[in-house]
Amino acid sequence: MNSFDYVRPATVREAVAAATAPGAAYLAAGTNLLDLMKGGVARPSRLVDIGRIPDLDRIETLPDGALRIGALVRNADLVRDCAFARRFPSVAEALLSGASAQLRNAATVGGNLLQRTRCPYFYDVASACNKRSPGSGCDAIGGENRLHAVLGWSEACIATHPSDFCVPLVALDAVVEVEGEAGRREIPLEAFHRLPEGRPERESVLDPGEMIVAVRLPGEAARFAAHSRYLKVRERTSYAFAVVSATASLRMEGGRIAEARVALGGVAMKPWRAREAEPILADARAEAGLFRLAAEAALSQARPSGDNGFKIELARRVVERALALAAAGTPARMPALPASPLASISGDVFHG
Amino acid sequence: MSLSMTLTVNGVKRAIELDDPRTTLLDLLREGLQLTGTKKGCDRGQCGACTVILQGRRINSCLALAISHDGADVVTIEGVAQGDRLHPVQEAFLAHDGLQCGFCTSGQIMSAIGLIQEGETGDDPERVREGMSGNLCRCGAYRGITEAVLQAQEVLGAADRKEVA
Repeated sequence: MNSFDYVRPATVREAVAAATAPGAAYLAAGTNLLDLMKGGVARPSRLVDIGRIPDLDRIETLPDGALRIGALVRNADLVRDCAFARRFPSVAEALLSGASAQLRNAATVGGNLLQRTRCPYFYDVASACNKRSPGSGCDAIGGENRLHAVLGWSEACIATHPSDFCVPLVALDAVVEVEGEAGRREIPLEAFHRLPEGRPERESVLDPGEMIVAVRLPGEAARFAAHSRYLKVRERTSYAFAVVSATASLRMEGGRIAEARVALGGVAMKPWRAREAEPILADARAEAGLFRLAAEAALSQARPSGDNGFKIELARRVVERALALAAAGTPARMPALPASPLASISGDVFHG
Repeated sequence: MSLSMTLTVNGVKRAIELDDPRTTLLDLLREGLQLTGTKKGCDRGQCGACTVILQGRRINSCLALAISHDGADVVTIEGVAQGDRLHPVQEAFLAHDGLQCGFCTSGQIMSAIGLIQEGETGDDPERVREGMSGNLCRCGAYRGITEAVLQAQEVLGAADRKEVA
């Protein structure tokens, strides 16, 4: 690990001032950043520890019904917030399917959005990686790439964004509140992460020094609560990143779907909102044939970036199953294995 | 650069001079305070051997920067027994052979203590396994670990009920 200056600002304003300098990085829990620093992948010259800034760890319901989640709220605290889990159960399920209990006790909401890819070539400083070292090339292309992107990738980078949390958030139109030298602004989560194109080192639309202060879920998103699921295929039962994941949120009226939201994880360098699938599902009867059509639309632009063609059909099937699970209803209790593809579709339902 | 901090470790407040801001909580415990019961396995947050209770919650001490936790309260494996009396989770690990080589065991026990405090698994072994999935055991003692956690939870629950009564 390189050496660094350590500063602990008391306010967001001080933090932004300290982090605008070149080479500075924000430190929240550090569960991803310290790992990257140990491997020499990240080498910040200054760490701006935002952990003591007051009020960033609050969860509050706003007058318009939106849930505002402070950037420093720990994953585990968010999941244990009853108002949150009841209104946005797919987000809770996604959070609980990610990492381990120890990591969820530390890792923060802002850090989750800004976590780096788990591409092994990004982590290996002896490999060429345009994200870590712009212009050096991409050893993932033509390398071990069965887990890499099938949507939105470029010849410069085929990495994926590893977040589970972001997948239902993007489906439910979450908004990111950020503060920088120019003041505060809001960015829809769907527009927050950048696809690699020719500049894979630029992963979000944040300006230098800008920090996330909160993530907001609109009140309207709670209307999907009775039919919202997250489903995640992993290479082991627990404590693994997604090979492919999907969320489905339905607003049901009788046996018909009035409105649908679908998003995918593990397929691109951003949480992937499957907007092509949503109109197919709207005002239609919830049945297997429809789910297949929606899944095909969701992956219509997909193409392999290497030995990962299997992920395209896998993703279609994960979308289909997520839709079937959502149509069956949100479980009354969080499943023992959240987001597990091993669970059956039947079971106790929430209030669907 | 010297950084002054305090840490309450197993109930004792310690004043600490860090000579390097890069020091993790794990390295501070092991090398600074000679509390070597907390193990360094992967040092990357993947194995759980370094689990301690920080501010009442289980975390990976290898991914915590020590200076960032100035003033915090930490409980390590050295702090869970009362004199010669083992903690009920320690007793249960012995009773159920929840270990072979023992390297992951202090992390397993600290994680189990955290899990039981969280109180979300009930007596469902599947929920216990899921809740303990951040602790790897290369000897594969998982069955004994799950049984030990379930039994310890029962013992601790009974003790709580007795206190209330």
